[in-house]
Amino acid sequence: MIFRIIKKEELEKLFELLASGSRVIGPVETGHDRNSDPIYEFSEVSNFSEIRLDHTMTKLPAKKYFLPYKEDLAAFHMKGRDWDKSVDYHCDSPSVFFGLHACDINAFNRLDKVLLGSSYPMPYYAAKRKNMFIVGVDCVPGPYCFCRSMGADTALQGFDLFVTDLGKTYFIEILSDTAFNFLKRIKTSEPVEADHVRYMDIVSKKNMKFEAHVDTTDLTKILDMEFQSDIWKYWGDKCLACGTCANVCPTCYCYSVEETVSLDLQSAKKTRQLYSCNIIDFAEVSGGHNFRPERQTRLKYRYYHKHRGFVEAYEDSLCVGCGRCGEACLADITVPKVISSVRGGAV
Amino acid sequence: MAAARSFLGVPVYKPRVAFFELSSCEGCQLQLLNNEDTLPDFLSLVEVVNFREAMTGGTDDYEIAFVEGSVTRGDEIERLREVRGKAKTLVALGSCACFGGVNQLKNRFDPDWVKKEVYGDRQVESERAKPLEDIVTVDLRILGCPINKKEVEGIMVNLAIGKEIKTPKYPVCMECKANGNTCLFDLGEPCLGPITRAGCNSCCPNGRAGCWGCRGPAEDGNLAQMTVIMERYGFSKETIIDRLECFGGFSDYASQLRTIKLKNSS
Repeated sequence: MIFRIIKKEELEKLFELLASGSRVIGPVETGHDRNSDPIYEFSEVSNFSEIRLDHTMTKLPAKKYFLPYKEDLAAFHMKGRDWDKSVDYHCDSPSVFFGLHACDINAFNRLDKVLLGSSYPMPYYAAKRKNMFIVGVDCVPGPYCFCRSMGADTALQGFDLFVTDLGKTYFIEILSDTAFNFLKRIKTSEPVEADHVRYMDIVSKKNMKFEAHVDTTDLTKILDMEFQSDIWKYWGDKCLACGTCANVCPTCYCYSVEETVSLDLQSAKKTRQLYSCNIIDFAEVSGGHNFRPERQTRLKYRYYHKHRGFVEAYEDSLCVGCGRCGEACLADITVPKVISSVRGGAV
Repeated sequence: MAAARSFLGVPVYKPRVAFFELSSCEGCQLQLLNNEDTLPDFLSLVEVVNFREAMTGGTDDYEIAFVEGSVTRGDEIERLREVRGKAKTLVALGSCACFGGVNQLKNRFDPDWVKKEVYGDRQVESERAKPLEDIVTVDLRILGCPINKKEVEGIMVNLAIGKEIKTPKYPVCMECKANGNTCLFDLGEPCLGPITRAGCNSCCPNGRAGCWGCRGPAEDGNLAQMTVIMERYGFSKETIIDRLECFGGFSDYASQLRTIKLKNSS
């Protein structure tokens, strides 16, 4: 990794360089919640001042830009008894993600394993993922964050450059040659020993601030042992089965596909919709049989996919500990609480 | 009217359809006529033989009857039975036909007081508001107050080409999150989105107004937990019941709730 130091005003220059050729997506403040806390979301930005580098967790991940909630996979135009098919990956130009936290960068890395690395890569995702420039930014853990437990508190790959606020300057980690070339066009300097010390100090202080933790020791085995545990019924009774946890999750990629015919019967399309395994008909098959009709079995399935199945297949959890699902869940079901209750056998 | 259509070279089924209304604002039928740019295509899929709001005259020779409104009078019961007898398929159109709709709000009050309040001393017949299925068999329900024209168009297309007609089983939250909305509970507003059936594209929360449940319960909606959450966010029992009772889709649960004492109740 190559390190550089830049003065604070240089970051805006970097933004302008990046924004001159691509659309930029970054965290912005959109209002305040009922407790007067700011609400952040990812949005297209044209001005550096709109970006809030100090943002806490956004309510939704930047998912709509790389794994849209609804995306047309193919369009069909009818020609008598035949049809023409057209496919669009919906990626016309590169995107710059300016200000992603380490958890969200790690979410990309874990999604890559299944959506790019499997036998059948998903071209709609690949087109967008291969055409992005990612500027990571350091953060202060909030009450729901447990990324450190999931090994996602630092990003080692999957980004172009990473910015850490040292107070008067920014510490820049450069990972890609694209980033290196962009940085040639702004003023940078070599970090000195004092910068390294300051950086290490900031990281160790951050590590002390986590309030939420998940013990992942032997978790795949413990989940297997606790498959029949009564604890799942407790959480299933609370679950609204509303799908919000999956929709706010940066790594949930499960989907359903629907084919619709236009009103004039001249065209049709195949549309993918992100789905949630907590939804009643997620495991309903042709003929109407539902393999998981109870809320508790669906909720359990979500935990098994993320914390057991994915770990066994890809040596990583499909959870990056961003904490959005716990924050968004109206029923107050959080990953740290559920895992701890499964481990301990009681709530 | 456009010529009969075909799909992949096969002529499509073009049913004779009729529209009727019982006690209602007729807004759902109006919705069908509202979308003028798609109206010619819509009309090319069906042969409308009776539609008081859109045409003069009409016949009683129809295959599919769309009935809007709830049943509140004896003559409406007779009329509904007659329509049922003639139609191969009877479709309940909108919340009033499906659940009693806004009309059924009166069911919670003393019927004599309601009549006096609305009609004064005039003698009118007005009974408890009932959904169609309390009187006849309903084959298909099209939900919403008002109905979502796009959803009806999709249903008509599927009817024409013989494809299964599906309504989402999941709640409004799925659409609301996909639309990128901030949760109304975060903004301090009550919302029935987590338990109400989707299909409306979360139109009320998109406008920062909480859901009132016009499409009735989602499948496997966790009503008991919803009540606990509303309470935790500081909403009174009356607020919860008002929402649940508004369109009639949750009426059984709302009346159950009346008998339970909640922490926030005055």
